[in-house]
Amino acid sequence: MKIAVTCRGASPDSPVDPRFGRASKFILVDTESDGFQVIDNAQNLNSAQGAGIQSAETVSRHGAEVVITGHCGPKAFRVLSAAGIKIVVGAQGSVAAAIESFLKGDLAPSECSDVDGHWE
Amino acid sequence: MILAVASGKGGTGKTTVAVGLALSARGGASLLDCDVEEPNCHIFVKPEILRREPVMVPIPKVDKDACNSCGQCSEFCRFHAIVALKTEPLVFPELCHGCGGCAWICPRGAIREIRREIGAVEVGMNGGLRFIQGIMNVGQAMSPPVIRAVKAAALEGNSEHDRVMIVDCPPGTACPMVAAVRGSDAVVLVTEPTPFGLHDLRLAAETVRKLGIPFGVAINRSDCGDGRVEDYCGAEKIPILLRIPERRDMAEGYSRGESILSAAPEYREPLLRLLEETSRMAVENKKP
Amino acid sequence: MKELVVISGKGGTGKTSITASFAALARDAVVADCDVDAADLHLLLSPEIRERREFKCGVEAVIRAADCTSCGKCEKFCRFDAIRKTVEGEEKALFVVDALSCEGCGVCARFCPAGAIDLVERSGGEWFISECRFGPMIHAQLGIGGENSGKLVSIVRDAARELAVKSGRRLVIVDGPPGIGCPVIASVAGADVVLAATEPTLSGEHDVERALSLARRFGAILMVCVNKWDLNPELTGRIEHAARAAGAEVVGRIGYDRTVTEAQIAGKCVVEHSDGPAARDIRTLWENVLRRLD
Repeated sequence: MKIAVTCRGASPDSPVDPRFGRASKFILVDTESDGFQVIDNAQNLNSAQGAGIQSAETVSRHGAEVVITGHCGPKAFRVLSAAGIKIVVGAQGSVAAAIESFLKGDLAPSECSDVDGHWE
Repeated sequence: MILAVASGKGGTGKTTVAVGLALSARGGASLLDCDVEEPNCHIFVKPEILRREPVMVPIPKVDKDACNSCGQCSEFCRFHAIVALKTEPLVFPELCHGCGGCAWICPRGAIREIRREIGAVEVGMNGGLRFIQGIMNVGQAMSPPVIRAVKAAALEGNSEHDRVMIVDCPPGTACPMVAAVRGSDAVVLVTEPTPFGLHDLRLAAETVRKLGIPFGVAINRSDCGDGRVEDYCGAEKIPILLRIPERRDMAEGYSRGESILSAAPEYREPLLRLLEETSRMAVENKKP
Repeated sequence: MKELVVISGKGGTGKTSITASFAALARDAVVADCDVDAADLHLLLSPEIRERREFKCGVEAVIRAADCTSCGKCEKFCRFDAIRKTVEGEEKALFVVDALSCEGCGVCARFCPAGAIDLVERSGGEWFISECRFGPMIHAQLGIGGENSGKLVSIVRDAARELAVKSGRRLVIVDGPPGIGCPVIASVAGADVVLAATEPTLSGEHDVERALSLARRFGAILMVCVNKWDLNPELTGRIEHAARAAGAEVVGRIGYDRTVTEAQIAGKCVVEHSDGPAARDIRTLWENVLRRLD
């Protein structure tokens, strides 16, 4: 299973970025191979409207099946859901810890967006 | 003549001057309130509204049966207003600029455009003055289509009210201000003699220059600050068309929704001179 | 970390003078000027610019005259009247893009049969990371006729919040834009407290009502203060009453005071410049706001 986690740094030890649309990077972890890939999202940092949508397009293009982040606005949520990607919000700490909590079932996929997303 | 009344900074008296000019012009005048986020001219004009029309913008509607999820619309849209991730497209109306691109490029003709309301244009009268205002709905983000609709309504048909058209513009120098000022024959920039007033006047003057429209300045509360606005206008050879000193009775009249002409009728003459001067500038500018 | 945004609906109600005084009184806040279209806060806070960043805002179309076949398709397709025909010589009409009207949708480039239209990235202005006498400040200058889509506002706000987190500051004070459009939405979404500063005029009343109804959608604590209240005490009362009914807290009144303009001319905040009535009222206002921030 491929999991994309919003991240402030470039490794699984780096902290989760609470923002989805304007996350600086995504860490894409493949739970089968245990390998990871860093996806840069910096250009999106400076995009305004539609940043969440753009991020959703990026993770979908990379084949993510699950997204783990801090918060997710309604537009990104709609796009991710339509693409069949599960969304997990409320993650904190390191990327590795967030993935572990998700795999253990402490963090569960969300049913709806958790922030007002005008500019998520 | 179309005369736009604009200002870099908000709250400098743009509406006061615009309403004053429209009420001073004898016969055949229109006042267009293009400050559609916060339209205020109606407070001072108290028009009888005769008709109201919604302002609609086009947005895409996808025919799900015809769509094969090719994703070309999504790739084309630079505003992320239509998004398809191996699925049928989702539409985000508030991000759509209405360019029509997605509908034109869809290879299966699965996208048509429907209309979405973002505001309204109202047309009214008070005495001999025709009044047209745009009102953007709260929660909408893009005002230029509403501004363009106000101007289109004003130019509709052959009106006896288009001898003088006064346009109250939104503050600033960004796209709404440009949309309102564009197409006018002359511009009055209303400012005040303060550092804020001067800073924002410079930006507004640069914008109007870029648009190639002749302009002059009106200084409101002309005795409240320092001389730097006058110095700037002198150095830049920008004509100062009107000065309105600060007066408590005028401020109170404004607060109650009275036009400058009811609080200070003696301003009719200077306002008329401003109209004459700007129309002379407009004619001059059109000479080859 | 908390974020306080000062808006007004109507322009010129004293929003920037109030924000600057708040910056002086807070001492340890990050200040952000999100009124990027008429950015005036720097005139009072005189920040020293430490870093400048270019603001990219989408693309604009440019027609390569040499490759243009003058078919006029671009002009027909453009919904924004951004393409104009200029006649050059006798035979060939020339089409040019008016950059101020172009929204960068890309329709013309896509449909040009000669492939003669490029989409080039446009610069929409600059933003700055600075240091003023009260602490860090983020501000910006939108380019002339730039697309004030709220994008630059979002950048300034994000940078201010990031800086606050990094430097361990507990408060971000934002000078918001006037109106109720895109830039205002971008500055109030997700803020903790929104303070609307208005004046006792019918315009001020009308505009603050619209601004509050917008801000209410974003779930922030809403506050209202009336500047120059003594210009029309009756209307002040009415505005305050309506604000309470709209779910906002009335946190203060500021009396009309010429020293506000004097302070501006001296390049100072009202509370630094004098201890007149307006300065005293702003101090009280700040204490009331602060109480709700904690």
